[in-house]
Amino acid sequence: MRILSLAGRRLAASIPTLVLILIGVFLLLQFAPGDTVDAMMAQMGGGDAATAKELRKFYGLDLSIPAQLGNYLWRLVRLDLGFSSIYGKPVASVILERLPPTILLMTASLSFAFFFGLVFGVIAARGVNRWPDTLISTLGLIFYATPSFWFGLMAIVVFSVYLQWLPPGGFEDIGTVRTGIWRALDIASHLVLPTLTLGLIFLAIYLRIMRASMLEVLNLDYVRTARAKGLDETRVVTRHVLRNALLPMVTLIGLQAGTMLGGSVVVESVFSLPGLGRLAYESVVQRDLNTLLGIVFVSALLVITVNFVVDLIYARLDPRITAEG
Amino acid sequence: MSEHETILSLDDLSVRLPRGADRAHALSGVSLDIASDEILCVVGESGSGKSMMANAIMRLLPNEVTIDGGRVMFEGRDLCKASIAEMREVRGAGIAMIFQEPMTALNPLRTIGDQIAEMFSIHTELSKAEIGAKVLALLADVRIPDPKLAAKAYPHELSGGQRQRAMIAMALALDPKLLIADEPTTALDVTTQAQILKLIRDLQQRRRTAVMFITHDFGVVAEIADRVVVMQHGVIVEHGTASDVLHHPQHAYTKQLIAAVPPLNAPPPRALASDNILTITDVSKTYRTGGFLGRGARVTAAVKNVSLNLPRGATLGIVGESGSGKSTLARCIVRLIDPDTGSIVLDGSDWAKMPREEVRRETRHIQMVFQDPFASLNPRRKAAELVAQGPIVHGTPRAKAIADARELFALVGLDPSAGDRYPHEFSGGQRQRIGLARALALNPDVLVADEPVSALDVSVQAQVLKLLAELRTRLGLSIVFITHDLRVAAQICDLVAVMKDGEVVEHGRAAEVFGNPQHPYTRALLDSIPGGEFAREHDTTAV
Amino acid sequence: MDAVKRYFRSPAAVAGLILLLIVIAMAISAGWFYPRDPLALAGRPLVWPFSNPRFLLGTDNSGRDIAAQIFYGARISLLIGGVATAIAILIGILVGAFAGYYGGWVDNVLMRITEAFQTLPNFVLLLVLVAVFGSTLTTVTIAVGVVSWPAPARLTRAEFLSLRNREFVQAGRTLGMRNIQLIFGEILPNALPPVIVYASVVMAVAILLESALAFLRLSDPNVASWGNLIGLGRDVLRVQWYVSAIPGIAILVTVLAVSLVGQGLNDALNPRLKGR
Repeated sequence: MRILSLAGRRLAASIPTLVLILIGVFLLLQFAPGDTVDAMMAQMGGGDAATAKELRKFYGLDLSIPAQLGNYLWRLVRLDLGFSSIYGKPVASVILERLPPTILLMTASLSFAFFFGLVFGVIAARGVNRWPDTLISTLGLIFYATPSFWFGLMAIVVFSVYLQWLPPGGFEDIGTVRTGIWRALDIASHLVLPTLTLGLIFLAIYLRIMRASMLEVLNLDYVRTARAKGLDETRVVTRHVLRNALLPMVTLIGLQAGTMLGGSVVVESVFSLPGLGRLAYESVVQRDLNTLLGIVFVSALLVITVNFVVDLIYARLDPRITAEG
Repeated sequence: MSEHETILSLDDLSVRLPRGADRAHALSGVSLDIASDEILCVVGESGSGKSMMANAIMRLLPNEVTIDGGRVMFEGRDLCKASIAEMREVRGAGIAMIFQEPMTALNPLRTIGDQIAEMFSIHTELSKAEIGAKVLALLADVRIPDPKLAAKAYPHELSGGQRQRAMIAMALALDPKLLIADEPTTALDVTTQAQILKLIRDLQQRRRTAVMFITHDFGVVAEIADRVVVMQHGVIVEHGTASDVLHHPQHAYTKQLIAAVPPLNAPPPRALASDNILTITDVSKTYRTGGFLGRGARVTAAVKNVSLNLPRGATLGIVGESGSGKSTLARCIVRLIDPDTGSIVLDGSDWAKMPREEVRRETRHIQMVFQDPFASLNPRRKAAELVAQGPIVHGTPRAKAIADARELFALVGLDPSAGDRYPHEFSGGQRQRIGLARALALNPDVLVADEPVSALDVSVQAQVLKLLAELRTRLGLSIVFITHDLRVAAQICDLVAVMKDGEVVEHGRAAEVFGNPQHPYTRALLDSIPGGEFAREHDTTAV
Repeated sequence: MDAVKRYFRSPAAVAGLILLLIVIAMAISAGWFYPRDPLALAGRPLVWPFSNPRFLLGTDNSGRDIAAQIFYGARISLLIGGVATAIAILIGILVGAFAGYYGGWVDNVLMRITEAFQTLPNFVLLLVLVAVFGSTLTTVTIAVGVVSWPAPARLTRAEFLSLRNREFVQAGRTLGMRNIQLIFGEILPNALPPVIVYASVVMAVAILLESALAFLRLSDPNVASWGNLIGLGRDVLRVQWYVSAIPGIAILVTVLAVSLVGQGLNDALNPRLKGR
């Protein structure tokens, strides 16, 4: 209960952050050359000034900027993200269609990076400065330095073009209609390469932080106490080191949720996944500012949600958090 | 010793340090015996190798530090030759250990009960219910109030003394033959220390456990030891029964250590001036912590209505345990903290109400010496620069300030040419001298010294106190001296104020407060001084 | 001096430094080896590497020399990485120092802003900035710097929080120093080493961000950038995969070099933590 109220308070504290972001980005977009109406006119193949004026009036674009901002925020409260002239439907439904692939991709990449980062970090720390550590640390550095889009392209060359094991892109095979488990398997096979591509850099980050924090915890007094009790090394690690060493990694997940979502823009573009990230890219290219602003809102919400979950997990792991109240 | 069996014997034990350390061996040729039913105190200053010895016995030495000779005989076998698996059986069950800082020695993420129970789950086949019962019995045995609650508590939810009790309960869980206690009371307040020492003594007598007690404090030795081993630079320089070593020390180093223990009887009182340089009236400071939008905020009154006077040229000691508010008061006096109410009148002007900018300009009248000689000097500035900073801030040309700084070095007993060195190149005592020179560089009227010697080894402590006493007569300084150590206060203070929970419970001439304490808390403090009797009777002038 | 010695004792750090020096040398010597415009038509398109001595690394889809683009690309990557890092570290230090030192409402306001920047995915913000201000070299560099400052700000703030109550800072205050003197003269020099080390991470990320932007064809199309070339190579990925592969290796090597140098600096400046 205390944990929930604590995380709830953190959640409430992120509302001003969200408002700050929306105001900031809204004002920023006012500087953008061209507005939604320009984009629509371009889409329609041009039009006269009178039509443009009428459209601007219709969308409230002739109002002062503070008034437009007020309108926008008021519509947001009612969960109305506006209308996308490019896609010809409400922004909310455009985003909603694109959300599942992104959430799936992020969850898969995070799990992959977290699990292997943890395992490799522990292995490296246990054999510090010996060959497993050197190998893992070197691989970690290389993974960290690898541009994700390039890794994705190379993976397509190897696994899709030459070996032909995995599909080169898309979310599912649209050629044949599948249902149930077969559809799930098909989606999974489409997501293997994107997951690896997006997760690689986070794997590198997590394994590095896990190794460092394991080494730090291994030097703490209570680990000496545990050894003085007669615990063997495996139990010292599982019972006294692991949970403490996990704390910095859990914090990092929260801090990097945004980075991961940003990474999905690139990865979804490489693998032509119809997700939120690709939508962001398309709306920049097509100057669909309404959609772009909607994406900003939704991605901020996503990041806040991830941080809420991270707070809950952290409070579960560390009893000291709830005590501070 | 014939009627007692020997539990552990070290035979010519040597421990090698890695290359690049300040000496080749942490221990060289150490031999000693501990019998059942006795407390052996191992005494030495920092770096004497006493803790290394404890870790060597448990075979818990850091990497790169190795045992390179000798034997550790325990229950008929040499632990140096035991396999890792055999060692694990000895650890906890045969030899148990408690450490200096119970907060860091306990896993912060697991409950006390869980950590004690682990002893049984490693070494025995007991059922969960049996273990639970044993844990509660142990916690009751170390006299933790409400064992059930304590077992469910996390370390941060207990007080320092309770944490150390829990550590002791854990160490004694399996009735080990030997308990190694590595400075177990150093991090605790004096009253708590007295309780823990008594607990260890009681448990030792009831359970007939042999105890190896490592300490730097001869007061503690006088309180608890049956036999004593004195170590210096990794070598045993003297050993014998407690009374022999305390009253007839043979080795020069032992004599020096014992002489450095401040005696409790105050030196002859000095005449005090009739006018006050500093008058503190009704000063209070309250903290609000935590809370969200004013809900659930905790209010702590750190200092409550304190009124004290400091006569010109006198030294006022403010004595108290941690959390008594003595440091907050000190920081209010120099305005590092703004007091909520009250006045602090220095030479006619009220410091408590002065605007910040004026405090900044007038700050040279009142200066501070800090506790930690490692944290109180900016590691990136040279010593002379550190001392010259104050005058430079107040407008002295840089070249002159640096030249003055070098003169001050001589005054505080440092080599003036040392001014070009960085703080890390000095020892703790030398750094404290730099801190003193820095405070004196502004020619203050009042010096506030916050625990200036508590981070130092006893022999260095005595030197710094002596310097302070010299300087105050030479420069006519008035001093506010904050300390938790009554023995130190007795040495240097003309007046003493005892603080508890933010309030001054008793104050007066040092000799009166110590000789004829009125408040029960003062009496409890005095009774808690380890080896109190020894401290009262022993006299520094003897050596 | 000790730190320099410690740095050169680590083979990884030395390797990183050598790699970085090679990249820098490429950037400097680009005009000397390839005096012609790297984006100008040089020969037949899609010449495989090592098949024609004139084009050691082959040519891309429009017949431009890949080797020349790699050399000139080093300039762009180092320039954008360096300048963006300087911007990010400068903003980060200022925000972190004031937030950490003053605490209270100053900290609250500054940290809310930092949080806002961290809550918004940095690449999405980068897209917004590029969409608004266009994709010239200058705007892209500034945009990359602007999205990268929150992490150094948090780091600086954490350092300040732990240092501001240190006794040497209190001592400075009792000596009568002004807040600005305490912040920049006393605390900052002690807070700086980890921030400087972190600059290598910022630079690595900045190079990766710019190349990703270029890959999506949202960076300056008029300069020879490694990311641009990878994006171009995507069209011929199935057969002439080398067009994308070669510049990718260049990015990898550069980022790796920067990371290794950063790690080496870290170990050299914090000898206590060596081997971690």
